[in-house]
Amino acid sequence: MDNQIKNITNKYLNSKHRLMDIFHDIQKKSGYISENDIKSISELLNISSVDVIQTLSFYHFFKKKENAKYNIYINESIVAQMYGHKRILQAFENATKTKLNSISADGNFGLYSTSDIGMGDQEPAAIINGVIFPKITTYRVKEIIKEFRKGKSAQDLVNSFGDGHNQDNLIRSMVSNNLNRRGRVIFSGYNSEDALDIIVDKTPEEILHVIKESNIRGRGGAGFPIGLKWQYCRQATGKTKYIVCNADEGEPGTFKDRVLLTELPKRVIVGMIIAAYAVGASKGIIYLRKEYDYLIPYLKNSLTEAEKNNLLGESIKGRKGFNFDIRIQLGGGAYVCGEETALLESCEGKRGEPRNRPPFPIEKGFLDNPTVINNVESLCAIPKIICKGAEWYRSLGTKQSSGTKLLSISGDVLYPGVFEVEWGMTIKDIIDMAGGLDTKAVQVGGPSGKLISKKEFSRRIAYEDLSTGGAIIVFNKTRNILDIVMNFTKFFIDESCGSCAPCRYLTVILKNKLQKIIDGKGVENDLLELKEWGKKMKIANRCGLGQSAANPILTSLENFRSDYEDAVQSDKKYISSFDLEKSILAGAKAASRFPAV
Amino acid sequence: MNKPIIATTSLAGCFGCHMSILDIDDKILELIELVDFNKSPITDIKKFTRTVDIGIIEGGCCNSENIHILKYFRDNCKTLVSLGECAIMGGLPAMRNNIPIEECLKEAYLDGPSTHNPEGIMPNDEELPILLNKVYPCHEIVKIDYFLPGCPPRADLIWDALTALVTGEEMKLEYGVFKYD
Repeated sequence: MDNQIKNITNKYLNSKHRLMDIFHDIQKKSGYISENDIKSISELLNISSVDVIQTLSFYHFFKKKENAKYNIYINESIVAQMYGHKRILQAFENATKTKLNSISADGNFGLYSTSDIGMGDQEPAAIINGVIFPKITTYRVKEIIKEFRKGKSAQDLVNSFGDGHNQDNLIRSMVSNNLNRRGRVIFSGYNSEDALDIIVDKTPEEILHVIKESNIRGRGGAGFPIGLKWQYCRQATGKTKYIVCNADEGEPGTFKDRVLLTELPKRVIVGMIIAAYAVGASKGIIYLRKEYDYLIPYLKNSLTEAEKNNLLGESIKGRKGFNFDIRIQLGGGAYVCGEETALLESCEGKRGEPRNRPPFPIEKGFLDNPTVINNVESLCAIPKIICKGAEWYRSLGTKQSSGTKLLSISGDVLYPGVFEVEWGMTIKDIIDMAGGLDTKAVQVGGPSGKLISKKEFSRRIAYEDLSTGGAIIVFNKTRNILDIVMNFTKFFIDESCGSCAPCRYLTVILKNKLQKIIDGKGVENDLLELKEWGKKMKIANRCGLGQSAANPILTSLENFRSDYEDAVQSDKKYISSFDLEKSILAGAKAASRFPAV
Repeated sequence: MNKPIIATTSLAGCFGCHMSILDIDDKILELIELVDFNKSPITDIKKFTRTVDIGIIEGGCCNSENIHILKYFRDNCKTLVSLGECAIMGGLPAMRNNIPIEECLKEAYLDGPSTHNPEGIMPNDEELPILLNKVYPCHEIVKIDYFLPGCPPRADLIWDALTALVTGEEMKLEYGVFKYD
């Protein structure tokens, strides 16, 4: 057996729950995970090879076949599309002399598409061998490929650093923060470590009380009260409790966690420590999306620093019995892993398929232990609440939505980037703040959220009105609503885990119907069917991804009905999208026939 | 009043649905009192001799001829009914939809374990219809007015549907009618 594999699995104590890490290590060494590797892993971990393969095949950044020397993943999100994704893709195809989803003849270049990589404020962007290339132009494509042909590495081609800590020696990335507005909580100036000095003199119950009083709710999108979640987990029985930081922001259009992890990793860590203290947890996991793995050395260093300063480890801040440590779990490229139970499955080395709930993670989470899963932004806000108190925090925002919210604003605005605002701001003010002109539509909360039109621009972002995880994509009047909806619908098809049949099939049927309409072959009845079938998605799928996969279609049908009506032929009752000539091509060729239809 | 006229055909089906039509047993005598048949395997009439009231389609579309026949039916039938799983969803024949047509033909005519074809000839007579890239359900080709599910649809369901169509009375759709596993 290969000694290299043995060393790697040994490093993870031959635990099947560390399958993700084992794959990452092997892929880093040899570029892909071979049949032999799979056999070795299954023997060493004492699991069947099918178990290895099912995890391996789930994540799109893992490769089972020999990889190219340079693997180019081009972002295909809607914002990338608006900023010239097609042009860039063509430029890459021409320069590398290869087609999308294939490897060039010389084995040098592999060209792939990927869902939103969290760079909505600097599109079009691509990931090449783990290095992020933002704001790519066709000129830059030629330059990159030319240099690669000379043997340069992707890191060699970093020709400028972004702002802030992107310039840190451990990051050295071209990514920019585009932090356009600092607010009074998350991006305010204070020392988050002060919060730890405060908590060690108090009981966990007192901390729970403050968090509950502050009325802070989860920032991932669902908005569950954080204090309650912590309290339930504290009350749950279990020897080892876990705090998991959900840094798998995959919702197209969101990129705030990227900036938080770059600029304020310590506040995230302190937030986790406070959670651990309040809940009585001893272990922490940061689940980081694969797209952000350029931040790993920097984040690991932040954890080491925290250990050195006795913020992590044993007897934290001198308080006996307060032990907590954190490890980073890297994902493999799957949007659905942002769903908390899918995330847990992934942490356990399995396919990222959502679990049935109940039981909820607070009772049976990571390896069936009581687990709190919080968004990066939620955790980042906690230290400030501890420092300034619940009442102060409640004075910000609205009645049901206290505090501030980070917005990731992208699309047709002059100043795309991250904005920290108080809850309660109107969509109109948000557009004006980011410099949107001639705005026709705004996608609030990413594809799983709502596409709203002008008549709703006076609505406010707040749990009592428009709740959101913070992704705001702005579209001006030149944009075609149906193209936007198509992009989002394809996204859900790509990212469905395939577990629930409606999410697996109906998404494709809906896409085909939408394509029929875009092709000018739609009739009134197609709109009716889109709506009726779309509604079924809400009741027939297990997780949020499936339940919201038809949201782009449903909300645009509601708010942009006339765009659809203009596209369908209203005088016809039925149009088929079937094309006989095209459909017999393959069959005729296979039988060596060249017929007249 | 003239009797309503019915036409039927089997496209990419197994004739099981037609067997189910015959399975209405002695009610077939009643049916003949009620309706006339035009183009149908039952009458062996090859071409429509007039426009008919109800067309019943068994099977989906797997080749070019199926498409022509289906369109021919749509042009000559006032109401068109998809009868059975294959017409509605493609059915068993659609299991080939995930396999490229080249592979299907190779397996059937060149590589199959019981195949003897030393010259390696694929069926290519110009009289033969050409296979489509996929098997299509009928409603993707033409407008279908009604769907009767089942594999095959139960005889009673066919009877009830036909009498409802002929008499214009609303059809009772109880749960038992759709129990077809």
